Amino acid sequence: MKLIDKLYKDAPLATRNEITPKLGFALTVLLALAWLIPFLWMGVATLRPAADGINLVAELVPSLKPTLDNIRDAWEIGDFPRYFLNTTIICSGILLVQFVTITLAGFAFARLDFAGKTLIFYLFLMQLMLVPVLLIVPNLRLVAQLGLYDTLAGVMMPFFASAFGTFLMRQAFEAIPAELEDAALIDGASLIQRIRHIYVPLSLPSFSAFAIISVTSHWNDFLWPLMVINSPDKRPLTVGLSVFTATAEGTQAWGTIAAGTLMVIAPLLITFLIFQKRFISSFVTSGIK
Amino acid sequence: MRSISRRGDMSLAEPAALPVAASAPPRLHIVTRFTSRFKASLPAYLLLLPSLIFLALFTYGAMGRVLIDALYQRATPKAPLRFVGLDNIAAVLADPAFTGAVVNNLIYAVGTAIPSIGLALLFALALARTNAVTSALRAALFLPVLIPMVAASALFLFIFLPNVGLLDYYIGRLLPVLPNWLGDPDIALYAIMVITIWKNAGYYMLFFLAGLQAVPEDVMEAAHLDGAGPFMRLRYIILPELKPTFLFVIVIATLNAVTQVDHVFVMTKGGPSNATNLVLFYIYQQAVEHYDIGMASAATLLTLAALMALTALSFRTMANREGGR
Repeated sequence: MKLIDKLYKDAPLATRNEITPKLGFALTVLLALAWLIPFLWMGVATLRPAADGINLVAELVPSLKPTLDNIRDAWEIGDFPRYFLNTTIICSGILLVQFVTITLAGFAFARLDFAGKTLIFYLFLMQLMLVPVLLIVPNLRLVAQLGLYDTLAGVMMPFFASAFGTFLMRQAFEAIPAELEDAALIDGASLIQRIRHIYVPLSLPSFSAFAIISVTSHWNDFLWPLMVINSPDKRPLTVGLSVFTATAEGTQAWGTIAAGTLMVIAPLLITFLIFQKRFISSFVTSGIK
Repeated sequence: MRSISRRGDMSLAEPAALPVAASAPPRLHIVTRFTSRFKASLPAYLLLLPSLIFLALFTYGAMGRVLIDALYQRATPKAPLRFVGLDNIAAVLADPAFTGAVVNNLIYAVGTAIPSIGLALLFALALARTNAVTSALRAALFLPVLIPMVAASALFLFIFLPNVGLLDYYIGRLLPVLPNWLGDPDIALYAIMVITIWKNAGYYMLFFLAGLQAVPEDVMEAAHLDGAGPFMRLRYIILPELKPTFLFVIVIATLNAVTQVDHVFVMTKGGPSNATNLVLFYIYQQAVEHYDIGMASAATLLTLAALMALTALSFRTMANREGGR
C-alpha cells in the first residue's frame, strides 16, 4: 500500500484515494508481466540443456544447469553470421541513400519556391498511404526487369525515396533561422555547401530519429526480401530465421529455435534498452512509416 | 484547365512585370515569363529528382503496372499475353479463396484493432505519469513492437504447440479438452490475432500517451472539484480530447491488418483449410506459387481501391491533427 501511495504522490490530492485508477494500474502491471512471458520463455529455453527432454521445454523456471549448446547449435546450423551481414548491408544501404534523397527533397520543400510545389507535395504525401508492401507484385516484376532479381540491391531499391523522411527533414529545416543561410550566402557558399555545412549539422536529432525508424522497419521486413531473394546466401535475418524455424520445428528442436530467435532480436533489443527515450520519441513521430 | 490558370497567373503578376518588359510583344512576354519561372524552379526540381525517380518507379509506376497487368492473362504459363478486360477482376471476385480471405481479413482487422486500441488506451491512462516504475512498464509493453513479426511467430509457434507448448503446459491443464490452437480451423484465426494484439498494443500506447499530454490539467482539476469521478472525467474530458488520436490510430491499425501478415507465412501458410488466409497472403500465393500475375494484380487492385477509401479518411485525420496543433 505504501508503495502505491508513493507512485501516486504527484497525483492531485483529492484523487489520491480513488480506487479505479489503482485497479487500472494493477491490471496494467499484470498485463505488462504477461507481455514479457514470451521473452522470458525465449531466454529460459535458450539456456536449457537438451537433456531436460521435450516435456520440460515449456517450464518457465530456469534450469539449474544452464548451457550455451543451443546458441552454438543455432549459430552453426543457421548460417546466422551471413544473415546478419546481409541485413546490415540492406539496412545501411537503404539508410545511406535515404539520407541523400530526403535531405535534398526536404530542403526543396522547406526553403525553395517552385512551380507545382503543392502538386509535388501531394505526390509525396500519397506514398505514406500506398504502403510499399501492397505493391510487391508489380515491384517484383520491375526489379526482375532491371536485372536485380536475387540481389540485395533489388531488396533495397523500392525504399530509396521516403516521403516520411522528406517531411521530417522539411520540418527540421524550416526550424533553422534563415539568417544563418543568408550569412553563408554572402560568403559565397553554394547551395550544396549551405545544405552540407548549415542545415545538416543543425538537424542531427531528426536524422537520428529517422535512422531509428528506417533501420527497425527494414531490419524486420520479411515478405519483400522473401520474394526478391532466391539464393540461401543472400537471405536477410528474417527470411533466414523463418527457414531455420521451419527446419528445426521438424526435429522439435525448440531450444535451438529460441536461441536463433534470441540472436535475431538481440541487437535491436540491446540498442533499444540503451537509447530507450530516443526510440520512443522517434516512434511517436513515425505514425505511418 | 491550363489556359484558365495561365490567364489567372498573368493578370496577377502583370502589374509588377510590366515596367521591365513594356516594349516586348505580349505573347513573347508570356513565354519569357514561363521560362524564367522554370529557370527559377530548376534547382528545386534537381533536388527533388532523386526522390521523384524512385517514387515514379516503385510507387506511381507500380500502380500503373498493376492497372495494366490486371487486364491481361495467359492461357497457360508459357502462352502469350492476351487482353481480357475485366475478366481477371471477375475471376478474383468469384474465387472462394479470395472472398474467404476478405472475410477473414475483416474479422482479423476488427478483432485486432478493437482489443489492441482498447488495451493501448488502458496502458496509456495507467502509465501517463512519468517515473521509474511507469517507464519500466512502458518499455516492457513496447518490446514486442521492436521485434520482427517472424521472430514473434517463432516464439508463438511454441506457445501454441499442442500438449507440450507453453499455453497447454500452464493453462491447458485447466481445460477439459486441449484445443489444437493453430490446427483447428475454428480457432486458428483467433490465435493469429493474439500475436498481432501482443505486438501492436504497445505501439498504439505511444500515441495515446502523446495525446494525453494535450489534456489540460486545470480542466481536469475543475471537473474534479465539481465532483466528477474517474469514469466521468474519462468520458467527458479525456475521450473527447483524444478523438484525433483515436482516428489516427484506427487508420494505422487498419493498414496494419492488411499489410502485417508475416505470421501467416511462418505459422499457418493460410491453413488449416484457408482459415487464416488473408488478402495479402492470397496475392502472394497467386503471384509466387501459381505464377498468375493477372489474378494477383486484380486482387492487388481491389485491395488498393479499398485502401483508397481509407486514404481519404486518413487525409482528413491528418488535416485535423495539423489543425489541432
